[in-house]
Amino acid sequence: MTTALTTSESAASVGVLDRAPAVRISHVHKSFGRPGAATHVLDDITLDVAPGEFVTLLGASGCGKSTLLNLVAGLDKPSAGSIELPGHRPALMFQEHALFPWLTAGKNIELALRLGGTPKAERRAEAERLLDLVRLNGAHGKRVHELSGGMRQRVALARALAQGSDVLLMDEPFAALDAITRDVLHDELTRIWAEQKLTVLFVTHNVREAVRLAQRVVLLSSRPGRVAKEWRIDLPQPRRIESAGVADLSIEITDELRGEIRRHGQH
Amino acid sequence: MASTDTTPSPVLEKTTAADVGAGLDALDAVVTQRTPLTTVLRQKALPPLVAVALVLGVWQLAFSLELTDEYKLPSPGMVWAALADLWAQGTLFSIIWTSLWRGLSGFVAAVIIGTPIGLLVAQVKPVRAAIGPILSGLQSLPSVAWVPAAVIWLGVNSSTMYAVILLGAVPSVANGLVAGIDQVPPLLLRSGRTMGATGLARARHVLLPGALPGYLAGLKQGWAFSWRSLMAAELIAASPDLGVGLGRFLENQREFNDMSGVLLGIILILIVGVAIDLLFFSPLERRVLRNRGLLVSNR
Repeated sequence: MTTALTTSESAASVGVLDRAPAVRISHVHKSFGRPGAATHVLDDITLDVAPGEFVTLLGASGCGKSTLLNLVAGLDKPSAGSIELPGHRPALMFQEHALFPWLTAGKNIELALRLGGTPKAERRAEAERLLDLVRLNGAHGKRVHELSGGMRQRVALARALAQGSDVLLMDEPFAALDAITRDVLHDELTRIWAEQKLTVLFVTHNVREAVRLAQRVVLLSSRPGRVAKEWRIDLPQPRRIESAGVADLSIEITDELRGEIRRHGQH
Repeated sequence: MASTDTTPSPVLEKTTAADVGAGLDALDAVVTQRTPLTTVLRQKALPPLVAVALVLGVWQLAFSLELTDEYKLPSPGMVWAALADLWAQGTLFSIIWTSLWRGLSGFVAAVIIGTPIGLLVAQVKPVRAAIGPILSGLQSLPSVAWVPAAVIWLGVNSSTMYAVILLGAVPSVANGLVAGIDQVPPLLLRSGRTMGATGLARARHVLLPGALPGYLAGLKQGWAFSWRSLMAAELIAASPDLGVGLGRFLENQREFNDMSGVLLGIILILIVGVAIDLLFFSPLERRVLRNRGLLVSNR
């Protein structure tokens, strides 16, 4: 079903919603702890992500956005509701690069290929191709500690792509980077998303980042996390994070976000 | 709901992102440099040599000043003569080899036994609860304490020697592996899981390589413990079947009241223990740590 992506249509175009979703989250609840004394983290989340769509999940701390991403990644099970992914197991990127320090950059990617079943003879060339894609050609033999923070996240992106999934889950992947590097990586991610026709579910607490990247921003309320509001963004890509369009919408969303946060101080 | 931008953002050319990215990479590149060999020699080899020379100097001085009787404190030259004697008799290497072979083969056996125990303790909760504390306890028990028991159970023979080595080294090897596995960051385990590393693939590609630094530390300590306990066992247990190793040589010289020979024995035991560490474990450990960026500086 997810392979039904049409090549004629740009992933950035808006008419993506009429196809079967790449990620279908239906009435998902998640609680932690014993029944009775449980903390309700996610409350009836329903969200479809269309193939090729770029969605950011936005929320303050405690909104369960990372928990939701873990559920979609299959690292944890929902307490109620269902999550359907018709395709391959999704790839997940974290705030920390999570690369294996005992392997070189290239070997990290080759390990993902190996675990995904790529034949040995093809791994090296495929790893080189992916490094090329994130503009790190020549970094195959570099040790992880020899790379800068931005380069590590790009290797992590290449490794995620090596899993061969159309769905990429990103858990605040650029939060630990400096602003200049983050800006460049936004451009790179936008380019790769469009080129590779990826479906991206991107978690962040940074409103401008959410608006800079996404076709759709989903605001979650906190404790428990619920879908509070959604915005569809038609600004052309690649956007500039400083642009007026991004700024205007960011102000609107920030106001909404502050409203959500304020409710928690009132009782 | 939707927002439309009246002033479209300037189109960012593809090359711009690439150029800025390349510039950042060049600026951010982490500079790692290997210290030149001459510097390593000057900074790491010279100080211990100077220290040894100083000790020899003080020793010689104490001898020349006749601080005590010659049979209690021979000169460095007399110890050297004892070494030359052993060399001339042709027994020097057989003495060293007897002990070294025992120590190394016992240590290899300890690794073969300790590694699966470590894996089990680290990965199976009930096993950990049952024998984890015993392993830690055994680690602090000097394995010389086993010599009398081993002599009664096994007799004065090689089995006793190996039993003492194993009791000394197996807990260190197993505990090292447990500590190594415990220290693998949970994030790496998660990222392994998202890539589909489960079961054996998880052990092979995530757990074991992640645990390597802790495991190596355990091996190193295991060697130190086996060498130590072997020397003690050789000192205590005497039998013609056992041949003459370094510990036995040391005890023989004491019986002859030959202080030069005793000092020579101590020095040889020290040299063998240090040599194995310097030639084998240290380079291995340094390589593993450097590859992971954990060895920041050589200074």
